[in-house]
Amino acid sequence: MSDHAIRCEVIGKQYRIGERERYKALRDVITDALKGPFRRIREAGGREESNRNRKPTIWALQDVSFEVKEGEVVGVIGRNGAGKSTLLKILSRITEPTRGYAEIHGRVGSLLEVGTGFHPELTGRENIFLNGAILGMKKVEIARKFDEIVAFAEVEDFIDTPVKRYSSGMYVRLAFAVAAHMETEILLVDEVLAVGDAHFQKKCLGKMGEVAKHGRTILFVSHNMNAIEQLCNRVILVDQGSVKRDSQDVRPVLTEYLFEKENERSSIWLNDGDRYNNRYFQPQRFAIVDAGGRPLSGPVRNDCEMWVEVEAHLEQLDPALTIGYAIYSEDRNLLYWSYQTDQPPKQWPVLTYGRHRLRSRLPSNFLNEGTYRIELIGGLHFREWLFTPGVAGPHIYLTIRGGLSDSPYWIAKRPGLLAPVLAWEQVPQSFEHCRSEHLKSNEV
Amino acid sequence: MPDISTSQPSEVAVKETEHLRPTWRIQPSQGWISLRLGELWEYRELLYFLAWRDVKIRYKQTGLGVAWAVLQPVLGMLIFTIFFGRLAKVPSDGIPYPLFSYSALLAWQLFAYSITESSNSVVANERLITKVYFPRLVIPMASILAGLVDFAIAFVLVIAMMAYYGVHPGWGILSLPLFIVFELATALGVGLWLSALNVEYRDVRYTVPFIVQFWMFASPVVYSSTLVPARWRPLYGLNPMAGVVEGFRWALLNKQPAPGSMFAVSSTVVVALLVGGLYYYRRMEKNFADVV
Repeated sequence: MSDHAIRCEVIGKQYRIGERERYKALRDVITDALKGPFRRIREAGGREESNRNRKPTIWALQDVSFEVKEGEVVGVIGRNGAGKSTLLKILSRITEPTRGYAEIHGRVGSLLEVGTGFHPELTGRENIFLNGAILGMKKVEIARKFDEIVAFAEVEDFIDTPVKRYSSGMYVRLAFAVAAHMETEILLVDEVLAVGDAHFQKKCLGKMGEVAKHGRTILFVSHNMNAIEQLCNRVILVDQGSVKRDSQDVRPVLTEYLFEKENERSSIWLNDGDRYNNRYFQPQRFAIVDAGGRPLSGPVRNDCEMWVEVEAHLEQLDPALTIGYAIYSEDRNLLYWSYQTDQPPKQWPVLTYGRHRLRSRLPSNFLNEGTYRIELIGGLHFREWLFTPGVAGPHIYLTIRGGLSDSPYWIAKRPGLLAPVLAWEQVPQSFEHCRSEHLKSNEV
Repeated sequence: MPDISTSQPSEVAVKETEHLRPTWRIQPSQGWISLRLGELWEYRELLYFLAWRDVKIRYKQTGLGVAWAVLQPVLGMLIFTIFFGRLAKVPSDGIPYPLFSYSALLAWQLFAYSITESSNSVVANERLITKVYFPRLVIPMASILAGLVDFAIAFVLVIAMMAYYGVHPGWGILSLPLFIVFELATALGVGLWLSALNVEYRDVRYTVPFIVQFWMFASPVVYSSTLVPARWRPLYGLNPMAGVVEGFRWALLNKQPAPGSMFAVSSTVVVALLVGGLYYYRRMEKNFADVV
């Protein structure tokens, strides 16, 4: 017998476009059926068949093949709509593939959402049993782990309260706790760690790591690159429905994903539609601009004046709003974070309702040559993230080339993350004198 | 093959992985699909929990709670007794009309509840269907089982009424569970068809109240099946609820004649309805997650 837990062979999944949006009405079908014979008489024989074939369809997944060995922890990454979730849905048998097949050896626990089947009217205790049963756990198994689940969720005092009275944090903690105690050999997880506060997220990651260490096979879809890097020993990059990269060397794939092809790296991000919708700070535009506010495209000289600018719409004012950016080097090292609230409060930009443009100057002659990823981050201080660092927030790229220094000795790129031009000066002679005086006074 | 259990320090986990690891093959299904009744048995606890959830929520959310289960058939009985029993003088084969109609309503309420709830069950459990795998048959089955609690409560009253009117059941009462199972099978047969259709065609749900009402008057609830000439009775049995309702009266109230030939016809209809429903549902369920 083979030692693989999951084997996919040329899996394809086709959706009819709009299938999810529109339901048929029986009424229409009946009227169509009544009209049908007449239409068929009008249309020549073979025509209808070709008509049916012309229905617009898309392949959400195409020719996806891979094997996962027992005990492997595989991260699945890719942009929204790349087909990651469809893949998990097929492997967890929620939907069927259109083509190909998959073989699964072992019991599968799938966690595509936390709290599936939770009912607000039921108490915490009741929901644990219901949710556990839905996830495929046996009653005795749930009963045995009950105390552990409650303790993990930190809801001991509210276990007999209907969950509709829970805070959203408690609700999510309880929901995750049930799922975290599944004991299947294979675990399929879809982006469920992005819930709860920072403390709980850490706890969830810890639990996942623990689960992974116990030799269980995990397929883990996430936008959280840090989590992928921490947990996974293999990564699969899905792009437009097929596997683009599959490697046990996680880091380079993450880098490739974050720093997409040169022509896809944009120095401006525009909100197409309603993304990142929230009342506190809805970003409309995020860009690198010059002194006049014009977007800088293509490589930029290091001695140029450049600004990180974000335009957003505010519907609700909150004094805890902190907005800023994180900047990463090409090998995914974080350089720094910067917030609009870094200076003393008096110097903070004043925010009111409506549209705002905030900008912050990037120091010139500071970064090195290369490409940087700049990500919008921020949230309500100590309360919640609106744009979690490292998780699919709006992001842009800045490429710096040339203009490193005016020195004749510094004309090529140097090693290092940064290439600041710093001042050097000769120490005045009198300083030596001062220092010895100072030391002397201390001795007394 | 490396044995996972060796790398599992926890004793509990070892015990669990000692089972043979099941192997699944996921592929597009074609043609006649297996009903996978064995798997359904594996998930019997989920069936229980979903039914229990429906019951619990029903009683938590309704102001009248348990009273509702009794009130519905009792009010029906009062209206029928006044208009059909007293005023229209519909013959009730020697049984006091209130008891005659209540025993039928008892059976009818279970059926009406079951098909109403089950026909909408798949759509109502959309969240579950798009996020977790389990045998989809569990959903309409659970919504039907939930109706049994109301039935049990209403059943207490029929016993009380029988004592009041001094009606003694014969040995036939032992067959009552059979009629209940038969009724649930009928409801499941209908519910499977309607719930799967309702996913594809959302206006099916609006036809259900009409079906329920129409079907009740086509069944011997307010009248007796003896109104139908004896030679037509097997034909009348094509309506399986005719067999069920008369079966209830026979088992509970010892009403003669026993619904023999009529029930035989009804059984055939129900088996066809149920088997057809099971296969139709299984065929449609692969699209549930994509369409719901």
